[in-house]
Parts: sequence; structure tokens; C-alpha cells
Amino acid sequence: MPSILDIINLKKDYDSGDRHLTVLQGINFSLDAGDMCAIVGPSGSGKTTLLGLCAGLDRASSGSVILNGIKLDELSEDARAQVRNQYVGFIFQNFQLIPTLTALENVMVPMELRGERNVQQQAMELLARVGLAERADHYPTQLSGGEQQRVSLARAFSNKPAILFADEPTGNLDEETGERVEKLLFDLNREAGTTLVLVTHDLELAAKTDRIIRIKGGTVVSDQLTAFMAND
Amino acid sequence: MASRDSRRNRGRLALFVSSIILGIAALVAINSFADNLRTDIDKQAKSLIGADLVIAAHKEIEDEQQQLLDSIAVGGDRSDEVRLVSMVQFKSSGGTRLVQVRALEKGGFPYYGAIEAEPQRASSTFREDGRKALVDQTLLLQYNAKPGDSIQVGKQTFVIAGALHKIPGQTAMTATIAPAVYIPRRYLDETGLLQKGSRVSYYHYYKLPAKTDPDKLVKKLEKRLDEAGFGYDTIESRKESTGKSYEELARFLALVGFVALLLGCVGVASAVHVYIREKLATIGVLRCLGVSGKQAFLIYLFQVMAMGFIGSIAGAVLGSLIQLYLPELFKSFLPVEVTVAVSWAAILQGIAIGVVVAVLFALLPLLSIRNISPLITLRAGIEHVSKRPDKLRWGVYFLILAFIFLFSYFQLGTWLQALAFTGGVLVAFVVLALIARGMMWLVKRFFPVSWGYVWRQSLANLYRPNNQTLLLTVSIGLGTALIATLFLMQRLLLSEVAFAASENQPNMVLFDIQTAQKDAVAKLTKDQGLPLLQQVPVVTMRLEELNGLTGADVRADTTLEISKWAFTREFRVTYRDSLISSEKTVEGEWLGEVKDPNKLVPISVEARYAERLKAGLGDTLVFNVQGALIPTVITHLREVEWNRVQTNFLILFPKGVLEEAPQFHVLMTRTQTDEQAARFQQTLVQQFPNVSAIDLGLILETLDDILGKISFVIRFMALFSISTGLLVLIGSINNSKYQRVQESVLLRTLGASRRQILGINAFEYLLLGALAAGTGIILAVAASWALALYSFEVAFVPDLSPLPPVFAGITALTVFIGMLNSRSILNRPPLEVLRRETA
Repeated sequence: MPSILDIINLKKDYDSGDRHLTVLQGINFSLDAGDMCAIVGPSGSGKTTLLGLCAGLDRASSGSVILNGIKLDELSEDARAQVRNQYVGFIFQNFQLIPTLTALENVMVPMELRGERNVQQQAMELLARVGLAERADHYPTQLSGGEQQRVSLARAFSNKPAILFADEPTGNLDEETGERVEKLLFDLNREAGTTLVLVTHDLELAAKTDRIIRIKGGTVVSDQLTAFMAND
Repeated sequence: MASRDSRRNRGRLALFVSSIILGIAALVAINSFADNLRTDIDKQAKSLIGADLVIAAHKEIEDEQQQLLDSIAVGGDRSDEVRLVSMVQFKSSGGTRLVQVRALEKGGFPYYGAIEAEPQRASSTFREDGRKALVDQTLLLQYNAKPGDSIQVGKQTFVIAGALHKIPGQTAMTATIAPAVYIPRRYLDETGLLQKGSRVSYYHYYKLPAKTDPDKLVKKLEKRLDEAGFGYDTIESRKESTGKSYEELARFLALVGFVALLLGCVGVASAVHVYIREKLATIGVLRCLGVSGKQAFLIYLFQVMAMGFIGSIAGAVLGSLIQLYLPELFKSFLPVEVTVAVSWAAILQGIAIGVVVAVLFALLPLLSIRNISPLITLRAGIEHVSKRPDKLRWGVYFLILAFIFLFSYFQLGTWLQALAFTGGVLVAFVVLALIARGMMWLVKRFFPVSWGYVWRQSLANLYRPNNQTLLLTVSIGLGTALIATLFLMQRLLLSEVAFAASENQPNMVLFDIQTAQKDAVAKLTKDQGLPLLQQVPVVTMRLEELNGLTGADVRADTTLEISKWAFTREFRVTYRDSLISSEKTVEGEWLGEVKDPNKLVPISVEARYAERLKAGLGDTLVFNVQGALIPTVITHLREVEWNRVQTNFLILFPKGVLEEAPQFHVLMTRTQTDEQAARFQQTLVQQFPNVSAIDLGLILETLDDILGKISFVIRFMALFSISTGLLVLIGSINNSKYQRVQESVLLRTLGASRRQILGINAFEYLLLGALAAGTGIILAVAASWALALYSFEVAFVPDLSPLPPVFAGITALTVFIGMLNSRSILNRPPLEVLRRETA
């Protein structure tokens, strides 16, 4: 399997006032296309920073991020935006829908940003896939949390991403709704054959992926396959 | 607690109140200026008329009246001046111009103040030796003449002794309308300008003995002066009338400043609304800790009061600085030198008004604090503010309107005007708000789904939650409305005059033609290849009785509501057998000719003037024509189009009555080019020095100059509104920045380029600017229509050409400021989207 994401000796520093903080250092791992991986760790361990770097939302202080064969560190912000639009999908804890657009329009956004036209039909099919076809004309404020996250799922898959980054996708949902969203996420991921990187506190959710990378104090403390962990 | 809570937000709070700074600055500047002007008018009162008493007569003085005038001078001194309007010709350039000729007796005038001239000694030497004239400096500049050159006044040539800079009590504006040429009185007769029927005024300047109180003297002589038809002015009366007219101007301008303040307050209300929304969590925690709704409300009320106070002080300081420039701005209108001094009264008033309006407007969003539930700390998503109708809100609306009403009452002085101003402000705000809301509704209802994403997102932003569409439309729209109204009215008034320049309309009026000269002037006109468009006889007369009532009766019985001036003014009347194109019958029948002049003469009166006289069909009037009494009856009322360049009259006599009365004639013609007009006037001055010509080009030029000066002052004040609108724009962009950052960071995460984000923001500001400017312009057209119809009483045929530049300018400014303030949004790294997640 070709590798879709290569993280090589990644380091991230911040200057906070007169303090110099190293948030991540010595991070190395690779993901193959179609992998499902969870990044877990306590609060402040650096997992969100790592997700941001992997997705090209920020630049590393040193080291490299190679996404789908493209070295992100050498790209400008606009070029990275193009890469994200082309190959990356996102799911957020707080759904992050655009309040002034309807559910359907929110799903259309990534495709339209690519300049694609007549994407309504495609977006409608995705909404139908997450069970919200009849709520296509509703604005985010008219939808429940679970519904908003389903719209977010449809949006994440709308540009047929090579890799999907999910940040606590069920963190703001009740158990029942969370389970439904989880199921949809994994089903859609499998159908599309997308690589999934999941950041979560929820070990049960993490266990549903193929691989768990544990982070503590800015370094990887363990990187195990879930099947192997189960055997442990 | 209020202070501690605001610690981390003081910068933002300061931005809220910055929007009231300009409004307060405008008020303080204008009121300080008005205070200083009042003081200076008091200090320089004596130089306002240059004498203790001025008596003016607009007809030849009879012997009995001369005795009265002489008796007043006993123990003091008197200077006489004869004023008339005439053509002059500058010998060096050959240029001719209609001026006010003032023939001054060798006397002590001005007794107070000085005639300022260049060289200064010319102000006294011109009336002492030889035929010398003092000529208004603008005329000298215009005709490229200088002291030492010659000027022809009537038949006589005078040497220009100096350039006239200032006469006591005269403003630069008066000089624009009627530039003066002073000559010695003893040479006036030689000019040949004093002819029967000429329109001449006689001014008598008195220096009274020290023990004589001019006002008491005038009170004592009032009846006799009125009977003689004399006008009179003392230092006190001039001070009062001057002070009153400038105070009216200052009050009007203060109202324009007040509009800027109201705009700023709308900005404050909106900013406080956003501020409170962001403070919901803090308020929730405070409520959990036992703070009552009222206490929470007071915490934020004190913050707003403190910021209102700081903003008002900043505004007062700025206003005090701006007033340094005002004497320069108003230079053309002022009869006195205005000194600049700090006016504590204006400053204190400004600060008090600033705090009160800031609090009043902020109360609207602040009231909701009382109903914020402490539950918000547990569940952020719950409806945190009670939706019950809040009666106090209506109370606040009422207080705001009451405040506007009271403020305008103190500025305008009458309840009716205050009501009209408050109503006008309310209508303007409501119209702008309705249009903004209507536009949002239309965009939402007919959303162009087929448009590209960038365009659709920009459109959708117009109605996003917490959008600023309404606020910006109101604030920028009102500023635009003020500016556009000024442009429209200036053009409209000019076009009223310019209308006369159209084909076949006369553009030159010759008047003061004596009966003996009538045919010769007509021949000269024809010889010059010019058409005789109209020749009209004019007879001057005075009203003696109206339905048996004399001027004395009217003065004695004020319940009659008839202007006493009706009996002292000189009517210029014509006679003919038919109506002309600018006249239309309103009531009655026009009997064009009378056979028996000994019977009551049937006359026609202009309808609106008849209303002012409280007279109608069948009422009788007795006119005095050079001593001969002519009884008349109103049989016809007519409407007159005054804006036509024609000789229009209030009173029209039929043929067969006035043919033998002393009269002068008016002739109207049309010149094709400026050169032709100049050549004709030069020949006219040479052959008929007593005949004056009014060139329409000159009127247009003068009117343009006057309107330009007035509108510059008003535009200066309107600038405060526009600037406040822009400050509100900056404030509201900052208020919505958080939301914009969220959106653009999300879009960046989803792969939007900088260009796309820039496009979304730019198009949104373009739409907002265009909507606000467009709405303002619609309002301006409506306001100009109302002003044209009801105030200036002219037909509303607007020249819309200034509107596209105003529209484009305001829209571009909105986009520019919007984009300038949005720069930081573009520079936010997309990583923030994840930080928000974990926050």
C-alpha cells in the first residue's frame, strides 16, 4: 500500500511571552491509504497541534509532513489550502457549519471552492446518505447537534478526500446520537476507502480504529495496532 | 465590580464610545462658536451699524419728514447716504457691472468702527477732494482694475481712490450680492442717476448726544417714523437681529451635529448589544454567585456611563479644537471679528448630552441583562434571555424620543419645529431601517442559487446572525442622505435660475428706463440685433387703506394679523389688459381695461400675497400714487411663476388708470453670447448711464457663489455625520470581526484561497455600501422633493448628475474601510479552527 501521510521527525515550538515552549518533538509515523488511526492523549499533550500539522493547518518548526506525496512544509498557505481542498476532509467537535448557509449549501462549499459547478445533485445525494435529504433547506440553527454533525460528515466527504481528519467528532453529542454519528463516519469511510485520522479522548471510539498513537508531553509514547492491543 | 469587569475590555469599550466623539465635537464646536459670536457681537455692537441710530427711507423725503430727521440730529451729528443700484463701467477694461452706488455726505460716518480700505487713508480722502470713488475689492479683482484707474458712474467719471475691504456691519456675503461703490454725495447729481421713478434709498446715520438713549428716542418717535414709512435701526435692535439670525444658523448647524451624535448612539447601542452577548457567560456566573438581575444591569450601566463620559470629554476637547477653524469657515457670513475662547458652558452641555444619549441608547441592549438566566452557566445552548415583552424597552424608546424632542426644542425654539425635526429624524431612521430589513428579506427570499459560491456567501452574510446590515444602512445611509440632499438642492435652486437661460427666454433685463428714453433704448436694443421680448411700465405706489383700515389701525390692533409692512412698503405695479404666460387665474375675472377711472378700479392681486394681506375678492384697497389716492377693489386673484425671468408683479392694474402716472420702464431682451451681452451693456452705459441692466449670467454666478458658500458650511457639518457613519462602520466591523474570523478560518481550513476570502468580504462591503448609499440617496431625493415643494416652493425637477459620484464615492469608501479593517482576518492561520475546538 502506498503511504498517504508521512510524519518525519516533527517538532513544534512556540514562544509564549518570555517562555519558549516545545509542544511536539521527535514525532515519526506513516499512514497507508485506507488506514484508520486514532491519536489519543491527555489534555495539553499536543494531539490537536499534531492534527493541525498533519492537515497542513500550521507549519512545523522542524521536520516534515508529506501528504499524498506533497511536502507541505515547502508550500505557501494558499498552496496548502489547495491541497486541503483537494485531498483533505475535516470533522470538528463543534460541527463548524456556516450559519448563513443551508445544510445543502454547507455540503456544497468544498466543491464550489474548487470551482466545480452543478454540484447540487452530488451534495443532495450525500445528504440523503446521512439521512438528511428532507432537511436540505434548513439552516444550522434549525438542526439538532446530531443533525449538524451529520451535515458536517456529508461536507467532509463531499470533495472525495484522500484523508479525513476528525477532531472529537462525538464530543458534543449525547451517547445515542454519538453512536449513530460514529457508525455513519466509519461506514462512509469504508465506502470511500478514505484514510481516517481521529483525535479523541474516547478510548472506546479509538478502539474502533486500526491503530492508536498515544501522545504525552509532546512525544509519541506508544503506537500500536488495535488488533494487537486486543490480543495483549 | 463594574470597573474590574471592564478591565480586559476597556479597549473595546473605548471603540464603542468613539462613535459619539464626533457628534459631541460638532455640538461643542458649534455652541462654543455661537457663545463667542454672541460675546463678540456684544463687544463690537457699535460697529455693526457704525452709528447710534440709522434711519432709512425708500422714497424721496418730504419737507415735514426732513424736519423730523433734522430734529433728531440736534446736539449730535448726522451723515447722510443715498443708495441706488446702477451700472458702472471700468475704464481700463471697459467692463460693466451692476453695483450698489453709495453716495456719502461729508460727515463723520462711521462713528464707530471704520471703513477698511487699501490704502487705508482712501476711506476718508475719497469724500474730501475731487471725484473719487472707493470700490469693492472683489470688483477691482474681477475687472482687473486698481487704485488710480477710472470708473464711470452714470454720466460722471471718478478716480478709484482705494479698494473697499469692509464697511461696518457688512459681511462678505452682502458684498457678493451687491458690491458697493462709494462716491461723495455732492457729485451724485452730476451722475444723472437721480431721476423721477428711480429706486433710491436714503440712509441717515446719527451720532447722538451721550445722554440720549437711542432706543428710548426711537420708542418716542416710533409712531411718526412708522407713519413716514421710515425704517430704523439702533445698536441694540441690530445687535438683537444680528444675534438672532446667527443664533438661528448656529442652532440649525447644532441640529446637523446632533444628527451625527444620534448616529453615533445607534453605533453605541449596537456595540453594547454585541458586548453584552459576549459577556453572557460572565453575567451567568455572576448570577450564579448571587448577583441580582438589577445589580448585573447596574454593573454594565456604570461601564457605559463611564465610557460615555470619557467619550464626551474627548468629543468636547476635539470640539474646542474644531471651533478654532470655525471663524474662518463662517468668514463670509460674519459682520464681526470672532475671537476664539473656550466656552465652558458649551463643553459642560456637550458632556452632559453625551452621557445622557449614550446611556439612553445603551439602555436598549442593557435592559436584557436583567433577564439573563444563571442557567446559562450550565447549558450554553438554552434560551438565556427571557422572551417576555419588556415594557421598560418601550419606556426607553419614549425617553429617547422625548430627549430628541426636548433637545430640538431648545435648539429651534418652537414646539412645532421641534416636533417636525423629531418626526423627520424618526421617519429617516424608520425608512432606512425598513429598507435595510426589506433588502435582507428580499435577498433571503429571492436568493440567487445559481450564482457562484463567493457571491452567494457575500449575499448570505448580509443576513447572518448578528449582522450589521441594519446599523450600517442607517448610519452610512443617513450621512449620504444629508450630503446628497445638499447637492440636489443646490443644483435644483441653480437650475431654477438656469431655466431662464433656455431658448427664447429673456436673459437680460434693463430697468430704470425713463418714459422719455423708452423708445431710444428700444431702438438701441434693436440696432444691436437684439429682440424686444417685453416692455413693461412700472408705477411705484404705497397702500393707504385696506378695507378702510389704515397702517395706524393695523399697528394699533395686533389681532388683525396683517403685516404692518404692507402699509410702509413701496409697491411696484404695472398695468396691462391681459395676463401673461407666467400668470394663471385662481379666482375671479380679469377686467383688462376701465373706461371710468373715477370708479373703484378692479385690480388683480397675487394669490399668496392676498392671503398675507388677509384680503380676498371684493376687498377694497386705496393706493397712494405720488400723492394721488386711487381706490381699488380686488376682482381677480392670480398665481405667478416667480422663477421666470420676467417682470412679475404682486399687484396688476388694468389699462386706463395709470398711463399718466410717473413711471419708469423695464425692457427685456435675449443676448446670444457673453461678448454680445458685454458689448450691449457698454453701449448702454455710454448712452443711457441711468439705465441699469441685469445680466442673467451674473445672477447665476452670484447665486452659485452664495449657494456654494452656504452649502460648504452645511457640508462641513454633514461631514461629521459621514465620519460618524464611518466610525460606526469601523466599530461594527470590529464587533463582527470575531464571527468573520471564525468563518474565514473555517473556509481556509476547507481549502478557500486568500483571494476567495477577500472576494467574499469585498463583495459584502460593496453590497453594504451600495445598499446604504442607495438608500441614503432615495431618502435625499424624497427630502429634496419635500423641501422643493414645501419650503422653496419650486417645481421638483432634480438634476441627478451628482448622485452617481456620491453613490460611487460612499460605496468605495465603505469597501476601502471594510477591507482595511478586515486585513487581520486574512492573516489568521487556519489552525485557529482547532484551537476553538479545544477552547
